[in-house]
Formats: sequence, C-alpha cells, structure tokens
Amino acid sequence: MTSNINNEKQAEITSAETDSSRRNFVFGSIAAAGVTIAPGVMLYQTANARSLSDFSLKEGASSKVRWGMLVDTTKQVDWNKCVEACNKEHGLNNETHSRDDQKTQYIRVVDVKNKGTGHSMSLPVMCQHCESAPCVDVCPTGASMKRDDGIVLVDRHRCIGCRYCMMACPYKARSFVHEVLSDQKENTPRGKGCVESCNMCVNRIDNGLEPACVEASNEAIIFGDLNDPESKIAKLLKEFGGKQIRADLKLNPGVYYKGI
Amino acid sequence: MKKLHFLEVEGNSLGYYAFLGLFSLIALIGILAAYYMEHNGHWVTGMSNQVIWGTPHVFAIFLIVAASGALNVASISSVFAKTAYKPLARLSGILAISLLSGGLVVLLLDLGRPDRLIVAMTQFNFVSIFTWNIFLYTGFMAIVGIYLWTMMDRPYNNLTKKAGLGAFIWRLILTTGTGSIFGFLISREAYDSALFAPMFVIMSFSFGLAFFILVLMGSYKYTHRALGDYMVNRLKNLLGVFVAAVLYFVLVYHVTNLYSADHRGVTLFVLADGGIYTFLFWVVQIVLGSLLPLALLYGPTGKNRTMIGLAAVLVIIGGMAQLYVIIVGGQAYPMHLFPGMEVSSSFYDGVVASYSPSLPEVLLGFGGFGVTLLLVTLAVAALKFLPDSLEDAIADPHGK
Repeated sequence: MTSNINNEKQAEITSAETDSSRRNFVFGSIAAAGVTIAPGVMLYQTANARSLSDFSLKEGASSKVRWGMLVDTTKQVDWNKCVEACNKEHGLNNETHSRDDQKTQYIRVVDVKNKGTGHSMSLPVMCQHCESAPCVDVCPTGASMKRDDGIVLVDRHRCIGCRYCMMACPYKARSFVHEVLSDQKENTPRGKGCVESCNMCVNRIDNGLEPACVEASNEAIIFGDLNDPESKIAKLLKEFGGKQIRADLKLNPGVYYKGI
Repeated sequence: MKKLHFLEVEGNSLGYYAFLGLFSLIALIGILAAYYMEHNGHWVTGMSNQVIWGTPHVFAIFLIVAASGALNVASISSVFAKTAYKPLARLSGILAISLLSGGLVVLLLDLGRPDRLIVAMTQFNFVSIFTWNIFLYTGFMAIVGIYLWTMMDRPYNNLTKKAGLGAFIWRLILTTGTGSIFGFLISREAYDSALFAPMFVIMSFSFGLAFFILVLMGSYKYTHRALGDYMVNRLKNLLGVFVAAVLYFVLVYHVTNLYSADHRGVTLFVLADGGIYTFLFWVVQIVLGSLLPLALLYGPTGKNRTMIGLAAVLVIIGGMAQLYVIIVGGQAYPMHLFPGMEVSSSFYDGVVASYSPSLPEVLLGFGGFGVTLLLVTLAVAALKFLPDSLEDAIADPHGK
C-alpha cells in the first residue's frame, strides 16, 4: 500500500512539473537552448540501451523516457488473453449491479472489417497514452494527467466524476465506475463516481515489470522506451514501421500497431 | 407617460405560499432523486460508458444557456439604450442568476463525486474549458449581482450602463464557453465545430427570452398587476426573431456537415435514420419548437396572450429537444476509430448506443427548474424587482 501511495505522489509531482513547464512560455528561450544541446545528449544515451529493470521507483518518472507499445496485429494471438490478464491485474469485471454498457473495460478486442475488400482483423484497443492527450487538456481539476514518461492516468483522489475526459477521448478508452466496488486490488484503487482507464500497469512498470497485457500476449505486444533507439520497440518500429490509430488527429499516441 | 414604480410582490398571501410550496417541492424531489443516484451510483440511471452525459446535462445546459439569454432584456435596456425595456431589466437580472443557479445545481448533483466540489473550486487546470466555465459562471453571478445593485440603489444608478456593458460582454463569453464545451471536442463527429459557440449564443437569446416571457406573464397574472400589450408585443416579436435566427444556425450547421464527408454520417443520422433523434429533431425541435411558435407569434394569434404563452412553452420544449439531440444523439452515434471500416467489440464500438432516461435523471432535471423558480419567487417578494404596473401608459415611452 505504501508503494502505491508513493506511486501516486510521485505521479502527481511529476505531472505538475510537466504542466507548469508546458504552460510557461517565458521559458521558451531556455527550451531553445536545450534543443541545441539535446542531440549531443541523445548520442551519449544511445550508446547504452537500458533494460526495464533499470527503471524503478527510486529513479522516478523521467521525460527522457517515453513508454510505448507496439501491437503486432498480424500475429495469430488470442487477444482475449490480454483482456483477461488486464482484468486480473486490476481486479476488473467485479461489478454486480452495472449493465454491460456500464461495466469498466481497460482493454477491449475490436474486430475491424474493410467493407470494400472484405479484409478483417482483430486488435486490442486500450488507452493510447497520447502525447497531446485530450483527456488531460479537458480535465478541470488536473486529475487526468500525463506522467513525464508519457503514461496517462487518473488521480482518483482528484477526479470529480464530470466525465468530460470520456467525452474528449477519441479512442473510447475510459470507463466510469457506476457502483460501489469491493474486493479491489491494492495497486488499482477504484472508486464509485470516478473515471478510470488503462494506466499501462504503472504499478508494474515502476517495479521493473512489463504491463500485464504485454506479458500475456506471447510477444505480440512489445513494450519499451520509444525514446531509446536501442530498445527493441524502437528498433522494430524503425525497421517495420507502425501506425497509430486515428493518426490524423495528431495526438501522437504511444501505442503503435503493425498491420492496420 | 405615467411614472414607473417598482414594488415587492405580496409575500403573505395564500397564492404566494402555494407557488413557493410547489417550487420547493419540485426542487426537493430533484435533490432527493440526486441523492438516490449518488447513493447507489450511476448504474441506476440510463447513462453508460457510451452515453456519458444524459438527461441531467440536457436540463443543466438548457438552464445555463437560458440564464445568459434571460439577461438580454436588461442588456437591451442598458447597453443599447432602449428605454422601453428598462422596467424589465431588474427581473431580467434576477432571472439570469436564478436560471444559472438552477443549472449549476443539476450539473453539480450529476457529478460522480459531487462531494468533491471543493476540489473543483481549488484545483484548476487552466487548459480545460470546464475550468474557464467555473470562473465564467461564478463571475457571471457576481457581475449580474453588481449590475442589479446599480439598478436598484439610486446613488449608483449612474454606473448601470457600465455594469450592464460588463455583464453583456461577460454573458457573450459565457455562452461561447458553454458552446465550446462541445465545439472543442475533436473526438466526436457531431461536435468539433466552431459553430457551436455562436449557435449557443443565439440559442441562449431564444431560450432565455421564452423563459423570461413566461415568468413575466405568469407573475403579472397571478399578482393581478397590469401588463399592457405594448410590452408583450415587443417581447414576442423579438422572440420570433431569435427563433428564426436559431433555425438559421441549425440550417448552416447541418448543411456544412452534409458537405463534409467527415461529418456526413452523423448528420444523416440526425436528419434521416436516427430513430428517436430524427423524430426529436424534425417533429419537436423544428415543427413544434420553431415553425409552430413562429406561426403563433406572427400569425393571426399573435395578440392572444395564451397563444404567446404557448409559443414560449413550445420554444422551451423545442430547445430541450435540440439539446437532447446535440448531447445524447451526438454520443449515441458511434465514434470512428477506423473511419470507413466496419467495427465491433464488447465495448459497443460501431453501434448506435442505446439510452433511455431514467426517472431520477428526469426528476433531477426538473429540480433545476424548481430551484430557478423558487429563487425568483423568493426574490420578487423580498426586493423591488417588478414594476407594480406595466400598463401601456407606463410601459410605452411614446405613449400618452
């Protein structure tokens, strides 16, 4: 429980830092200086690719990292296993009163069919952890936030349940808790009247583990640091490319797909 | 021209207590409905993860939009120097504050965590248009309060024009903000249009004036005060202009959307194959809520008070239907994760979401109207908001 509180505190602090720096146009000139230095720093960093276990709570979320996922839709995988792993990890699907359209889903399997060609495929869709996240922009209290490492999540102590983030999300990735819940997982506190969504298993990442859906995907989902050119995900994206859902909206999601 | 006198409504009468009791009861039922939803959670409502904002938002946004519109009468008097509207300026101001209060009560009580109001009032994200609206709403209350003060306290009468101008500009920004709650949403086909800001402004003119006319006619009828044709005719003619202006914006909005392939789907959904939403659009919003009121206001029935009252009621019903189509219809239409593709999932991707308003939602919505009318009823008895007579000899600046 203590580590969970630490998670939240840390997330809150880092998010506040991001927000204030983003809005502070006065520091534009300082940023410009940073841009000139950054390439050199990047070159230095690429010399050593980092493994997931290098990241833990003691280091804190850093803007040098951008966590992302690459989903290979061409692989024959039972995506429902990812859904099950997610539900288990976060203690979902425990509603007793809610209708099906009121129940929380962090990750869902979407079947897509091209009417013209007849080609069809299935893919898992979860919070896309956008760089320019509309949910973060519209949240009146700042409960919807983006950590420095790109993970978008909800501070459940701050959420007032206005649901504007759900209106704003183009991926329909968020759910509203419609009833009192019991039997919650220690790492995923869920409260009636608050909004929630995939948090990329931030509790696992901060402890050097991969998200639950990634672990259950039989390597069909690759997780890693998009900013690190030596990471597996960055190399795969460089070699084979990857598409973002609704890339036309220019939100720059952290979740990429191969084969869509 | 006879002199204008403002006088409190007699509060110590059976009729007054009857209205006070009625409006209190409606407000109380609304609050109890909210308690029921809050206690159980939103699973007892028709709302879901697909239709996120339901009937309470329709009522709340109607009341908030109407609030800024109700202030128009005062603005016409103070800002545009039309002295004919001066006798109504005080009622206009207090009605604006009351409508906004009613709307905000509904909005607040529909939150998932209304107990966290203090969080909303202390933790701000200034990028959020909701945050801007928190300041716009509270600021509106304050500025209209000051405006009323300058009108009602003789030594400060010389400041009325300035306060009125401030309130007028503020109300335009406020409704722009309310419209932009939808206009800024890129995610849904029905929204994502800058047209929402001016359309909401003109909707506010229409809804607010319709509500104002009803309150004016009702309060004068039940307090047995004289209300001449001069005033009523001016207001009803103005209402007709506003109703026509809303129609114009609705036309431009849909034609523009039909022209763009990006937005054609949702427009055809509303106009042709949206079931209840198509019915609400054509039958309630357009025919009953726009064309019929225009006919009643400008046709041979134009001088009949009952028909003018009916027209105002129809404008309000049409306005509610319009907001229902925008808010609920806009969410019911599926979001396009993969434009042009057929999609399906366990999370209702690709299908029109179903939504049936539950009784508590409707009762909470009406509770907002109850709060509004309760505040107006209390105010007109406590302070001098209403002229003791608005007979033509007093109301008509050109009359004898």
